[in-house]
Amino acid sequence: MSDLGKLQSELLARITAATDEAALEALRVEALGKKGSISELLKTLGSISPEERKVRGPALNGLRDAVADAIAGRKAQLGDAALDARLKSETVDVSLPPRPTAQGSVHPISQVLEEITAIFADMGFAVAEGPDVEFDDYNFTKLNIPPNHPARQMQDTFYMSGGEVGKEANVLRTHTSPVQVRTMLAQKPPIRVISPGRAYRVDSDATHSPMFHQVEALVVDRGIHLGHLKWTIEEFCKAFFEIDAIELRARPSFFPFTEPSLEWDMRCDRSVPGQIKFGQGNDWLELGGSGMVNPKVLSGCGIDPAQYSGFAFGFGLDRMAMLKYAIPDIRGFFESDIRWLKHYGFAALDIPTLYGGLSK
Amino acid sequence: MKLTLSWLKEHLDTDADVQTIADKLTSIGLEVESITDAGAALNDFTVAEIVTAEKHPNADKLRLCVVNAGDAQPLQIVCGAPNARAGIKVVLARPGTVIPASGETLKIGAIRGVESRGMMCSARELNLGQDHDGIIELDAKAKVGTKAAQALASMGLLNTDPVLEVSITPNRGDAASVWGIARDLAAAGLGKLKTEKVQPVAGKFPSPKKITLDFAPEEKNACPIFAGRLIRGVKNGPAPKWVQDRFKSVGMKSISALVDVTNLVAQDRGRPLHVFDADRLSGNLSARMAKDHEQVLALDGKTYVLDAQTVVIADDSFARGIAGVMGGEDTGCSLETVNVFLESAWFDPARVARAGRKLGIISDARYRFERGVDPQFVLPGLELATQLILEWCGGEASDVVIAGELPPPHKHIEFNPALVETLGGMKIPRAEVIRILEGLGFTVLPHDTLHVTPPSWRHDVDGPADLVEEVMRIHGLAGVASTALPRTHAVAKPVLTGGQRRARTVRRTLAARGFNECVSFSFIARDQAKLFGGGDDARQLANPIASDLDALRPSLLPSLLAAAGRNAAHGIGEMMLFEVGPAFQGGTPGAQSLNVAGIIVGDAARDWLKSGHAADVFDAKSAMLAALDAAMNGAPPVSEGAPNWFHPGRSGKAALGPKEVGAFGEIHPRILAAFDLKMPVAGFEINLDALPEAKAKSKARPLFTPSPYQAISRDFAFVVDQNVAADAIVKAARSAERALIESITLFDVYQGKGVAEGKKSVAIAVRLQPKDKTLTEAEIEAVAQKIVAGVMKATNATLRS
Repeated sequence: MSDLGKLQSELLARITAATDEAALEALRVEALGKKGSISELLKTLGSISPEERKVRGPALNGLRDAVADAIAGRKAQLGDAALDARLKSETVDVSLPPRPTAQGSVHPISQVLEEITAIFADMGFAVAEGPDVEFDDYNFTKLNIPPNHPARQMQDTFYMSGGEVGKEANVLRTHTSPVQVRTMLAQKPPIRVISPGRAYRVDSDATHSPMFHQVEALVVDRGIHLGHLKWTIEEFCKAFFEIDAIELRARPSFFPFTEPSLEWDMRCDRSVPGQIKFGQGNDWLELGGSGMVNPKVLSGCGIDPAQYSGFAFGFGLDRMAMLKYAIPDIRGFFESDIRWLKHYGFAALDIPTLYGGLSK
Repeated sequence: MKLTLSWLKEHLDTDADVQTIADKLTSIGLEVESITDAGAALNDFTVAEIVTAEKHPNADKLRLCVVNAGDAQPLQIVCGAPNARAGIKVVLARPGTVIPASGETLKIGAIRGVESRGMMCSARELNLGQDHDGIIELDAKAKVGTKAAQALASMGLLNTDPVLEVSITPNRGDAASVWGIARDLAAAGLGKLKTEKVQPVAGKFPSPKKITLDFAPEEKNACPIFAGRLIRGVKNGPAPKWVQDRFKSVGMKSISALVDVTNLVAQDRGRPLHVFDADRLSGNLSARMAKDHEQVLALDGKTYVLDAQTVVIADDSFARGIAGVMGGEDTGCSLETVNVFLESAWFDPARVARAGRKLGIISDARYRFERGVDPQFVLPGLELATQLILEWCGGEASDVVIAGELPPPHKHIEFNPALVETLGGMKIPRAEVIRILEGLGFTVLPHDTLHVTPPSWRHDVDGPADLVEEVMRIHGLAGVASTALPRTHAVAKPVLTGGQRRARTVRRTLAARGFNECVSFSFIARDQAKLFGGGDDARQLANPIASDLDALRPSLLPSLLAAAGRNAAHGIGEMMLFEVGPAFQGGTPGAQSLNVAGIIVGDAARDWLKSGHAADVFDAKSAMLAALDAAMNGAPPVSEGAPNWFHPGRSGKAALGPKEVGAFGEIHPRILAAFDLKMPVAGFEINLDALPEAKAKSKARPLFTPSPYQAISRDFAFVVDQNVAADAIVKAARSAERALIESITLFDVYQGKGVAEGKKSVAIAVRLQPKDKTLTEAEIEAVAQKIVAGVMKATNATLRS
């Protein structure tokens, strides 16, 4: 038996000493291959007595299994070591920057319009649109703005060339109110729409841009009164500014297309320069104009003012964005300065919803 | 419109303070834009007396003063004023006081090593003038320790009368006077109107000047009434001091007594008037339409050329004034004027507005006439001015001459007071409605409804809705109760149109792909518009705000390219910009489309992984296809033939049948040069309005049926003429075997060694997906043969060996 013991200890020692897979394989062939030393020994079992075989057989099998296990074990060890070495060689400096990806953004005007749309859609308002170039009639006359009204002056209104100003010359709409006219001409009450869009006035400074954005709301139905207007503005402001404690104040004003006409202010605190807090303080912030649709406008658009009444209000979309997101100068909105766009823009997936919140 | 509190109180008996009055004015629709209370601004300044004034130990020009401010202990103050000396009374600011001119808070300081506990002020430091040569020396009678404002006011250095600036809406011509504002305040319960009725001045002689109205019948409303009188033997000079002071406090200029009379009556009563030097008029006066190209030398020294729609006041020789806008220079009053002709008339607001606008004249007369003045005050205004002229300048007045007649009074309005609730949302008792309207000067006859006649000065009120506004503004708007709009659906319905949803999806898709959204002006420079197929007369603005913003943009790309240029000027050379907005095909309503355009700008970004590349046509194509896919769930076929602002060989268009919907490519080098862009730019533009409306589909998705059999992929390399479109190879391969081919990927295009001159090698991988059994080698080979044969036939290709 000592010959097998000696063979086993010798083989196991050599297996442990093998330093690569090739040496290990050579050992396997030498011991367990067809002509290997153990295989040769196993072949001798046929030529010995059954009694001897009973003893020698398990001994030889044990030797074979021990050697095979040792080779497998050593092979796994060598594999692990090789993998460790490879991984070690593949190490990189993870402080290096990754491949650059461009960070896109949505313009604040688009974002705020979606916020406003989400609020008004919940109150049953559709979104109406109209052309930027408008008929004088729709921009002025049908809104009860007479031909001599100061708003029609060339220093206030952009006119298209060709045609006499005040007659056939088309205008760049000075407000989105002509969309209300188009809506009333096309649709019978009940009407609930908001009309967002570009508007144009001959004006340019820190708070005025020759192009700006407005959103107006129009409701026409039976029994509509100022109380509905007030409620709608209050609910809108609460939802838009995401503050429950807002306080509004109405002032009588004048717009040719509404009667009575009111302007709305919201209580705010401006005591810290450059900051504005809503729902507190002793300052008032102008929100925009409103009123009950002038009966002349209703009948001019084919709606009987004896049966129907309506309210309208409007405010600057850019201004709303400036107020909510503390953007100081309207001119930046239209300069396409990529630094500005990245600073004030919104991520593509910041989609305003009522259930998730309008803003982060 | 500016007025002082004391002026207002001449018409209104009230104890209300200036803030209460201002709040009330704003609440009734006469918005107070500012209150200037010079006295209040100096509340913290007191009277003090210099006890001793010695030379400062460490400075020659400074004095060390001991000042008695009325405290137990005198104050030590260092002062640099040359007139600082013992015994004079001064205006003292203590530490903690804000100095009006600088806005700074005064602190206890050490000046050249000596402590100074206050400041003695100059006129300039208190915003009371430019004088800074020394400190103010108050009257010796001023009492130490009292408020300096009183002492300053008694010396005439300070006007303690608060000034209100009121914004008058265009419908409220009646409120463009102190009297008118007082009238509204009285109606709102803030005092009692005490303006006295004007008494006529009896004429001493018949007016030697006659006046006539010289209008065609259809123009009679241009000037229905024209009145005047001669006042002879006047002596013109400066107006009384109180008038000059009053004018100064509301920012009006005092000219001379005669002119100031007219301006005072205008500001006080809202009645514009004109004074002619009667000796400089030739013959009689008439009101008439101007002749075309007739000229007037106006009071502002400019000559205006009129047209036949302008109303003028003329003598027998020339037009002498633009009616309701501005008088004439030649016939105006001067200090030498002895005989004055006073004119009072009523002019059509529309014509005045038109003339003023056309001639570009802004005047107080125009401001009032175009807002509408009270026709019933034509004659009282004339009488009041007569009184003032006689009082200030002497002389004697002629009889009044009148041409035309007063317009008829307003018609009554049938008014159901319930409208206050049904339109205004506020319940106000009928008696209160009547009280408010009568308080405002309306005549109310109670029938079932009310018969309400507006006063002569309220031409803006002509219907029941106006009366609701009158009642509500005086009653106050705070009582309007919020009333919920009925909810139309328990769960709100979607409201966006297909087009609106499309624009929104495209916007967020591009932003997610790294584009930054811009919003640019709809107008650009005409030269730039011309480069993109626009710049014609139809799209030209008549009155652009700037010469480089004079044409409606035909495309969004010039806006974006200009933006790229501005960003490049900031040193930013790589960017991706896009815009969703209008492009214009003409200058009429509706000749516009909602477009989306994007640009990819710049060379490969500096990146240690070298993963970037210079902007090219395939960046643009990728972005355009992504936008189209977002917009219409798929993409139309792409072919050559983009507009000429793209590189002709590196651009393409997307079309639905004959309808072009989009284009993409590298921007033409000549366009880049025109925008002064030095880096590569690729771009695309899509007309979103040209895309088909998404069809209403079933919400159910088609069943998912994955094949259990193994898919296999085979690569093919074809050699074709270099002008064969790669797409043709893919199409031919696909149509060779419709059932089995799942997808084809084009993975290599090669020209060079091993491929003949003028040829290119195009390699595709075709993935086959059997549906009902595993493919055998023979079957796969058969499909491969069909694909090779199909591509060879369609494109004249050979297999690359």
